[in-house]
Amino acid sequence: MANLMMKTGGWFLLAMLALFGFAASADRGFAVHMLICGLAALIAAVVTMRRGETAKADASLYDDEVIRWGVIATVFWGIVGFLVGLVIATQLAFPWFSLNSEFTTFGRLRPLHTSAVIFAFGGNALIATSYYVVQRTCRVRLAFPGLARFVFWGYQLFIVLAATGYVMGITESREYAEPEWYVDLWLTLVWLSYLAVYVGTIVRRHEPHIYVANWFYLGFIITVAMLHVVNNISLPVSWMGSKSYSAFSGVQDALIQWWYGHNAVGFFLTAGFLGMMYYFVPKQAERPVYSYRLSIVHFWSLIFLYIWAGPHHLHYTALPDWAQTLGMVFSLMLWMPSWGGMINGLMTLNGAWDKIRTDPIIRMMVFALAFYGMSTFEGPMMAIKAVNSLSHYTNWTIGHVHSGALGWNGMITFSALYYMTPRLWNRSRLYSLRMINWHFWCATLGIVLYTASMWVAGITQGLMWREYGDDGYLVYAFVEVVQAMHPYYVMRIGGGLLYFSGAIIMAFNIAMTIAGHLRSEAPMSSPAFDPARDRPIRPAPIFAPVAA
Amino acid sequence: MNYDQLRHLADSYGLVVMALVFLVLIAWPWRPGTGDANTRAAHMIFDSEESADG
Repeated sequence: MANLMMKTGGWFLLAMLALFGFAASADRGFAVHMLICGLAALIAAVVTMRRGETAKADASLYDDEVIRWGVIATVFWGIVGFLVGLVIATQLAFPWFSLNSEFTTFGRLRPLHTSAVIFAFGGNALIATSYYVVQRTCRVRLAFPGLARFVFWGYQLFIVLAATGYVMGITESREYAEPEWYVDLWLTLVWLSYLAVYVGTIVRRHEPHIYVANWFYLGFIITVAMLHVVNNISLPVSWMGSKSYSAFSGVQDALIQWWYGHNAVGFFLTAGFLGMMYYFVPKQAERPVYSYRLSIVHFWSLIFLYIWAGPHHLHYTALPDWAQTLGMVFSLMLWMPSWGGMINGLMTLNGAWDKIRTDPIIRMMVFALAFYGMSTFEGPMMAIKAVNSLSHYTNWTIGHVHSGALGWNGMITFSALYYMTPRLWNRSRLYSLRMINWHFWCATLGIVLYTASMWVAGITQGLMWREYGDDGYLVYAFVEVVQAMHPYYVMRIGGGLLYFSGAIIMAFNIAMTIAGHLRSEAPMSSPAFDPARDRPIRPAPIFAPVAA
Repeated sequence: MNYDQLRHLADSYGLVVMALVFLVLIAWPWRPGTGDANTRAAHMIFDSEESADG
């Protein structure tokens, strides 16, 4: 009882502190954020009181409550993130869609889109699947269940603060790390708690060996902690205000930013999602990973090589030439582990290739792996200086990012959600397997339309920018290049719409599964059977009776 | 330690040590006699089964 009083009082005290921050705030954005924090702390206090002393959990089951929340949050933030992406894609093609309001300009909605899909959709998927995988491979319940729940809700608060901040114009202007100093501090606290839960669970494991998926998840958690802290070292203008300045300046600042930015791709979007791949692909295929040794080589190669690839974002800038070349060479070396990992994942299906035809979840996983391979081939190619001089600052980059994000991250997450949902809610199967098929084809066509239009747009743009006439002047004015982009931007909206429709189908399918419904539908495949031919051959009568 | 000393360490002994650590780590699962352990590790996720169809 005293414990409960302490907890509730603690949350209430935090709410009071936030209210004080609100009253003493130096600017409007900080005031709004303190109000949100105060509200969150009050909700936490009320929930703590209402739950009372929690009953002893059933130790014979895995601790799946927070994973169920994570599945719902992943689907919800996915829909939000894809929708905002669709809005800003439309704004690029039709500028009047900015609605002439500061809150809905492209500059503010673009970080909302990137953060919503990477950190809200992807981050929730990573937290949920990592909790799922670590318990099942360590054969033990989550360590620190209270802290595990704090990680989930603390992360949602981080998302809300980041998203509302962007719309109000609060930004550090660091790509993929836009939230301001106080939100960064909060995320640090949440992330270290995540690390504690994860490591604590591994330490208490009942299996002697730590399965390789956990290596990838742990690599992701530790590296993201390091990247986040170093990249966000900054000094606030006021301790009650929402503006800070970076501790670094000039080219050092740029390099720190892209060391962070590229490793956010390498460890958040690659290592973490590979953790999903190494557990869910073998489980769904019901076959062990093709080569366990190769998976270890894959892991260490990613860890040792990825961290040096960041400078390829700063080709032909003030960054010293040797550093640019270093970034390029390490990016090229990444071809090997990336393709080794892709082959390892694909070959897991060795001897069960027919499942691509019969199992829509496996089909999605194979598609994700194929796009992992394609985007990790394209990335190093674009890191080559000569290629980069054409591709940089063009829509080719956008096409590349989306082939990786929609194809690899999106599809592997969808398949993991489809795998986990019936198991987490104790259903015999998903509401509909055929709907996965619809989702798959909507998403696939969407990705093809998106990436193809952006490739053509990007190369067109790059070639037009560098076109010189005989007189030595540039042939095209900037606005002419913008005009040339219009049809591709319209095509991209079509691709985005298809991908979004697929996600809506998934949300419906998962919601119906959670509600406990089963769609009555024909199975995805069944062996051919024709009752008319299912009979013995009648021998033709030798002596035909002759009619008298 | 100033920039030049750090830079010198990074492209000499530091580089060699990092490369050796990397080689040892990727060679580790290939050392003789680990075949069974690797097979067991790859199969451990199938030890317990909860049933759900798709």
